[in-house]
Amino acid sequence: MEQLKTIGRELAMGSQGGFGQSKEFLDLVKSIGETRSKAEEDRIVLHEIETLKRRITDPDIPKRKMKEYIIRLVYIEMLGHDASFGYIHAVKMTHDDSLLLKRTGYLAVTLFLNEDHDLIILIVNTIQKDLRSDNYLVVCAALNAVCRLINEETIPAVLPQVVELLGHSKEAVRKKAIMALHRFYQKSSSVSHLVPNFRKKLCDNDPGVMGATLCPLFDLITIDANSYKDLVVSFVTILKQVAERRLPKSYDYHQMPAPFIQIRLLKILALLGGGDKQASEKMYTVVSDIFRKCDSSSNIGNAVLYECICCVSSIYPNPKLLETAAEVISKFLKSGSHNLKYMGIDALGRLIKISPDIAEQHQLAVIDCLEDPDDTLKRKTFELLYKMTKSSNVEVIVDRMIDYMISINDSHYKTYIASRCVELAEQFAPSNHWFIQTMNKVFEYAGDLVNVKVAHNLMRLIAEGFGEEDDAADSQLRSSAVESYLRIIGEPKLPSLFLQVICWVLGEYGTADGKYSASYITGKLCDVAEAYSDDETVKAYAVTAFMKVYASEIAAGRKVDMLHECQSLVEELSASHSTDLQQRAYELQAVISLDKHAVENILPSDASCEDIEVDKNLLLLDNYVQQSLENGAQPYIPESEHSGLSNISNFRSQDQHEASIHGLRFEAYELPKPPVPPRIHAASLEPSTELVPVSEPSYSRDTHQVETAASISDMGSSELKLRLDGVQKKWGRPVYSSSSPSTSNSTTPNTVNGVTQVDGAVNVNSKTRSTRDSRKPQVEISPEKQKLAASLFGGSSQIDKRATSANHKVTKAGIHAPEKAQAPKAAVVSNQVTVEKTNHQPSPDLLDLGEPTVASTTPSVDPFKQLEGLLDPTQISVTANHGAVGTTESPDIIGLYGNASASGQSSSSEISLTTNRDDVNFTVGLVDATVSTAHAGTTLPTQFPKGLNPRDSLEKDALVRHMGVTPSSQNPNLFRDLLG
Amino acid sequence: MRIELGHRSFVCHAHALDFARNLFASCIVQRLELNWKTKLCLFSSIEIHLIPSCSLLNFPLIIGRMIRFILLQNRQGKTRLAKYYVPLEDSEKHKVEYEVHRLVVNRDPKFTNFVEFRTHKVIYRRYAGLFFSLCVDITDNELAYLECIHLFVEILDHFFSNVCELDLVFNFHKVYLILDEFILAGELQETSKKAIIERMGELEKLE
Repeated sequence: MEQLKTIGRELAMGSQGGFGQSKEFLDLVKSIGETRSKAEEDRIVLHEIETLKRRITDPDIPKRKMKEYIIRLVYIEMLGHDASFGYIHAVKMTHDDSLLLKRTGYLAVTLFLNEDHDLIILIVNTIQKDLRSDNYLVVCAALNAVCRLINEETIPAVLPQVVELLGHSKEAVRKKAIMALHRFYQKSSSVSHLVPNFRKKLCDNDPGVMGATLCPLFDLITIDANSYKDLVVSFVTILKQVAERRLPKSYDYHQMPAPFIQIRLLKILALLGGGDKQASEKMYTVVSDIFRKCDSSSNIGNAVLYECICCVSSIYPNPKLLETAAEVISKFLKSGSHNLKYMGIDALGRLIKISPDIAEQHQLAVIDCLEDPDDTLKRKTFELLYKMTKSSNVEVIVDRMIDYMISINDSHYKTYIASRCVELAEQFAPSNHWFIQTMNKVFEYAGDLVNVKVAHNLMRLIAEGFGEEDDAADSQLRSSAVESYLRIIGEPKLPSLFLQVICWVLGEYGTADGKYSASYITGKLCDVAEAYSDDETVKAYAVTAFMKVYASEIAAGRKVDMLHECQSLVEELSASHSTDLQQRAYELQAVISLDKHAVENILPSDASCEDIEVDKNLLLLDNYVQQSLENGAQPYIPESEHSGLSNISNFRSQDQHEASIHGLRFEAYELPKPPVPPRIHAASLEPSTELVPVSEPSYSRDTHQVETAASISDMGSSELKLRLDGVQKKWGRPVYSSSSPSTSNSTTPNTVNGVTQVDGAVNVNSKTRSTRDSRKPQVEISPEKQKLAASLFGGSSQIDKRATSANHKVTKAGIHAPEKAQAPKAAVVSNQVTVEKTNHQPSPDLLDLGEPTVASTTPSVDPFKQLEGLLDPTQISVTANHGAVGTTESPDIIGLYGNASASGQSSSSEISLTTNRDDVNFTVGLVDATVSTAHAGTTLPTQFPKGLNPRDSLEKDALVRHMGVTPSSQNPNLFRDLLG
Repeated sequence: MRIELGHRSFVCHAHALDFARNLFASCIVQRLELNWKTKLCLFSSIEIHLIPSCSLLNFPLIIGRMIRFILLQNRQGKTRLAKYYVPLEDSEKHKVEYEVHRLVVNRDPKFTNFVEFRTHKVIYRRYAGLFFSLCVDITDNELAYLECIHLFVEILDHFFSNVCELDLVFNFHKVYLILDEFILAGELQETSKKAIIERMGELEKLE
């Protein structure tokens, strides 16, 4: 043991600090690594900062030491602390003559500084000098800094030199110069005259330079594809050469020839071929070649295949290529890997635009993805569903979306998916009843995340009904809405917007069908106003609803018997701080005291959709004005001439505007109060103008619109008149199948969306669905899924579906086999590496046994779990790893075992550990033996090229032990080979 | 969502996910309109200020396809390496690192290696106890970046001969140098393992 210990020491000393750092620095890193809390880490770092601050200002520190300080600064910064006190020293280091120090200096400044930092100006000079250096490594270092640090103002200072470097003899310099120019181009327009350089460099004989040139070219082509059409042939030729393995072997990656360059080229071709038949035709051959050659068993092969699909879907369509693409997609979707499924779904979304039918054969795979617990995959699938929504499957898709929406907390995505639901529902809603139900759900669960406009559209829909002369259907719709709202209204914590809708609808139609009494409705409304007493808008809606309910009572000749709680509510509101609420309360009281005739005039029943003619010029006042003038009154001075006065004179009307903007968007008859004559409520028109653009797919502009609407109502009459003209027509709900043929908006939903099916399609589809359902026992796939598939993908024929489902199953089984075969192999490889390591291990310091203090403190994380590499997730590999770890640490077994088994237990008693020890050794040996005998043949070849490894890892191990870092310390992963 | 393009601003109704896509298109229009002389330029100088209500999105972003940042973190969330290709405030960097770690650390290994992150996408891969995360544009080829991470690890493995986390911990400055040879200005600049190893070899000789 003693001997081994010395060997370890010697090895460690031999490599001279090994990592080329001083003990001090290594200690710092180590102690940071061993901290158990952020506070502890911060304390150490602060201490380090103090030390560095003190030392770094010392005028005669040796340069080597200085370099280390700078690296320590980088470390501090990386840990998230401020190292700005040392920036200037890093800048100084870039001036150094020694390349090593210069590199470090540049590295530090690129990490510390942003391009707008004040210190940049001090570096520019050095960069200029270094760009002229004879040593190409210096030039490279400077170019790295150029890419990160040069800002728009300093570009001219280095530009000529960078351009010159494009012709440098070293390809590394040329490549970096290209990237630097690319960066300049992104930052400033002043280099646009240099664009031809990129074209020239495309022909560079070094593939690395050529590959780098593709980045700026891609950007340029994104902006303006037309000027680069002449390059199509060149790109195609290059791609062909790459695919035929004409590039140096060193660019191969996992047996694919230069895949990253291929991907870049395919992206460029996709841009160039978009909508250009001629250009696209030149690409067909090469793309189909790549399709053929790609190895679909590796990730990178699939990445290239995916890029091919993207290319095929954006260039001028070619049926054969599309077919191949569809095949690849189905392979992706049938794969067991989530990543590939994801890519498949994404690719499907791209291809579906060109050939909408291809989704059908993948219906089951899509549904699998939809039900997957992985959110990323699920969201991608929703994206796909959104793209393929038709009136035949909208119900299922939106239901799914809503279910998902309810299940998530991420408000950002919730908003997103809610708006998607609304959008789809508005576009494809099969029936108004369904639409209302859907909107209710969206409101209930996404609440205030929904756009206000959606609420207004919903209210309008209920008010207008089908837009046909079918009053029975309309009133049925309304009473179903009323009923659903009366049901929902009792639920706690409804979002404000939804309550507004509810109040409005109840006020408007609550008593319309005679099912509910006025007192019942008002009672409910009263409850709402009280439950949400801090929401003024809701209260305002509620009061107006009272008014409407009572008005309809009066109009019907019944005696108004105000509920006691209503009365007290109204009284309370008439003393409210909000003038709006006050006004509403007083209006309510005033209206109730009026007689039947007056009420009918003020609040005609079910007239929310009626147009109100507005006399913008207030002609009816002319007589009055004339009289007043004759009586010696001052003539009116326009606002522009006399703003102060006009403020006062406009005061009243402004107040009214405000009130109407505030809440009462639909109550056209809201303000027929003296002294403004009943026909002049300009403001009340504003909501209707605002609600015009129904067909607009998204809504976030509405705040803006509210403003404009408000200002419009303030503005001259002519414009408002104009808008009003359009209103009536636009109200014909383009999306919810209204029938009047005269306006374009009232066509059926299907034609609006470019699909030729007519309403009947819905029925047809439901029929097919039902027939399919009846046959479902014949197929083995879970009937639920099938049903879902049928409803999602509608029109596919029975035979088709059965074929695909069969396929699906077969490949599923097929995939499992190779997967299983691969897993043990991977595990063994990883095992073997570590095993070999240990065989040669000088089994270091037994003293380390004293150190596993950390072992008992390891958090609940199971170290074995941690050791599972990404590559070997199966059970077999886990056990193999078990063995591997055991062997690596065998000299240190107590520490490790303590770590492993005692991680649950709090204290690790020495005795229990030693008793365990034998067991561990035994099992370790066992696992090793079985694994190595079973798979010796397979692993040997892999091991050969890594012949040096045992020594390397040995050295590393010895070194770190020397420094006091033990494998048993907090994170055993530190010693785990990343490529396990 | 309001977008400011230098002194001009326009309202963008796109949702975050469509945002980059749409904006990219609108920027092109804007640029043509604004012509070359204006101070604005596509990509880097366009900063987007989102109205605070979209708090999840207030991540100043730069338009263009590029890698936004690379993070190496261990399971505990300790940053082993962080390289940003877009200018970010320090506080923002911390937030990003924290969020990314939270996003990736508890994901089921069977799940996709891609996660939505604000308006971008994080492609991550786990090696032993280390997470390599790459932030890219939402429309980019995820698999390719996944392999890009792997290539980087292969290079590290080659350079450190059987790389383990400890190598990266103590040699983080070398890892930065390797990264600089691999990715420059947010773009993959060299995909040949051999070329990078040779370059690093030359630098090592100087030590």
